[in-house]
Amino acid sequence: MSTGTHLWLPALALWKRDVVRFVRQKNRIIGALATPLVFWLLIGSGVGPGFRLPGMPEDMTYLAYFFPGTVVLILLFTAIFSTISVIEDRREGFLQSVLVAPVAPEAIVLGKFLGGMTLAAGQGFLFCLAAPLAGLPLDAVVLARLVPALLVVGFGLVGLGFLIAWPLESTQGFHAIMNVFLMPLWLLSGALFPAAADSWMRFAVVVNPVAYGTAAVRRAFYGDGAAFGSLPSYGTALAVSFGFAVLMFLLSVWLVRRRRDVS
Amino acid sequence: MSHPVETQGLRRVYGTRVALDDVSFAVGAGEIFGLLGPNGGGKTTLFRILSTLLPPSAGTARVGGHDVVSAAPAVRQCLGVVFQSPSLDPLLSVEENLRYGGNLYGLHGAMLEERLREMAEALRVADRLSDRVKTLSGGLQRRVEIAKSLLPQPRVLLLDEPSTGLDPVARVDLWSILEQLRGRFGMTVVLTTHLMDEASRCDRVAILHHGKLLACGTPESLCATIGADVLTLAGRDPDLLAEQLQAKFGWAASVQDGAVRVEIPRAHEQVARIVEAFPGEILSVTAGRPTLEDVFVHMTGERLGGPFFGETAKKGKK
Repeated sequence: MSTGTHLWLPALALWKRDVVRFVRQKNRIIGALATPLVFWLLIGSGVGPGFRLPGMPEDMTYLAYFFPGTVVLILLFTAIFSTISVIEDRREGFLQSVLVAPVAPEAIVLGKFLGGMTLAAGQGFLFCLAAPLAGLPLDAVVLARLVPALLVVGFGLVGLGFLIAWPLESTQGFHAIMNVFLMPLWLLSGALFPAAADSWMRFAVVVNPVAYGTAAVRRAFYGDGAAFGSLPSYGTALAVSFGFAVLMFLLSVWLVRRRRDVS
Repeated sequence: MSHPVETQGLRRVYGTRVALDDVSFAVGAGEIFGLLGPNGGGKTTLFRILSTLLPPSAGTARVGGHDVVSAAPAVRQCLGVVFQSPSLDPLLSVEENLRYGGNLYGLHGAMLEERLREMAEALRVADRLSDRVKTLSGGLQRRVEIAKSLLPQPRVLLLDEPSTGLDPVARVDLWSILEQLRGRFGMTVVLTTHLMDEASRCDRVAILHHGKLLACGTPESLCATIGADVLTLAGRDPDLLAEQLQAKFGWAASVQDGAVRVEIPRAHEQVARIVEAFPGEILSVTAGRPTLEDVFVHMTGERLGGPFFGETAKKGKK
C-alpha cells in the first residue's frame, strides 16, 4: 500500500455498494440464477436417465453429474456480470470518483473482488439448496466443504473477469472474450462431461483453473471416495483454486497500479 | 507558501497529436479560476492531469504543493473532483452515495456523520438524503456530486464543465453555491468551461486553444486587451458590407454567423455614420464593450463554440 492512501474502509465501501446494488436489481438475480437453472434442467433431463459417459460413476444420473458444473456456471455468470460494470463505471460512474480518491489499488481490487465473490457464492449457495432434488447429499459435512469452495472459486472467477474487464474500452469486447474464452474454460472444466484419460481434453483440464473449481465443488458433494477417473482430490482442487485466486488478485493490483486511467 | 494549483511547461501528446503544449499558470488561494476554451482545446486533458488520472508527457503540475505524478496520493488527499459525467450511483440513495464517498477518504463514524449533514445542508440536499439518486433532477444531482467532493474538506475543488446539462435556473443556483462555499471554506476552485457567461463569473480566466494557453487574467483585463468596442452589424449582404466598411473607413471587418463584426474605439459614435453611409443595407447595429467571446475571437479568429458548434471566422482579423 502506498503512503497516504486508505485500504480497508474504501474496500468495505466498494463491497457494500456492490451488494446493495445487486439486491436492488431484480433482473440481475434472475439472469445469474435462472439461466444456469434452465440449462441444468434442459440438458440434465434432456439426455435421459440412462445416459452414461466414460469416467462417470455407475449409479449416477446425468442430472446429478451436471449439478456441480451448473454451480460453477452460476459462479462464472455472476462474476462476469459483476465485473463487466467496471468497464463503463471507470469512464462515467462511481469508479471515476474512486480513482481520484486517496485509495490504494489494493482497496479497489479487494472491494470489487469481495463484492463479486459475495454475490457469486451467495447465488451458488442458493442453487445448492436444490441439490437433494438431484439426489445429492446436503449435510453438515457437505456444507463444510462446499462453502469454502464457493468462496474461493467465486473470488478467483471474479478476479479473472476483472483482469479482462479493466483494460477494455467497451462491453462489446467483454462479450466477445466471454464467448471465445470464458465459456470454453467452463465447457472444458469437466462440468458437462468428464475428460477421457487419453484425450487432448485431459491436458486442457489439467491446465484449466476452472476445472479445479469444478472439481472442488464436485468433491464437496461426493467426497474424495467417489470414483471420477482422474479427478483431483478436494484438497488439491481447493488449493489450486486458492492459488489461482491469489494470482488473480496480485495481477489485478498490478494492473490497476499501472493503468489507473482509461486513456 | 506555494500556489494551490500550478503548472510549468505542461505538455501532453497522444501519438502525434499535441493536446497540451507548454501550459504554465498558477492559481492563487481562494480564487475561482476558469479554464476557458472550445471542445478539443485541451481543457479535458488538463483536467485529467490535475486530477491525477493522466500523467503529463513533459512539464510539471502541482496541486496543494504536491507533484501530480510523484506524489499522486497526497494530491488526491487535498483535491475534490466533480466530473462532467455523473459519478454518483443512481441505484443508491443520496446518503449512501455520500457515505461511501466519504469512506474513500478514510472518513467514518461521528466525523463522517457530521460532515455529511453539514455538506447536505450547505448544498441544500438535506431533505433528499433518503431518496435514490436516479429520482433527482440534473441540478440536484450536480449538487450532491459537489457535496460528495467536499466531504474531505479539500483545499482545491476541480469541476469539469459544471453547468453542462443544467437549466438556466440550476446554473444560477450552482454559481451562488460555489461563491458561498468559497467564502465559507476558503477553498480554491478550478473549473473548465466553454461558456462565456460562466467564465466571466470567474476571478481569473485562462484561455486554452489547440492545447496552448493564449492568455490568462481577470475577465476585465482580458476584455481590456481589445482596447476598443465591438460593433456588430446585420446586413443584406454581410460579405459585401464587410468589404465596403474596410474600403470606406479602413476598419478590419470580419463576418461570423452572417453578421459583420468590427472592433473600433468609441463605437457608439460611429453608428450614425455607418448607417448613413450604406442606406438600406444595414438591418441592425449593436455596439458594446467587448466580452470574453470577443476576446476569444480576437485571439483565435474562431468562435468559442469551436469546430463543433460554430463557424470559423472568415477573414479580416486585425
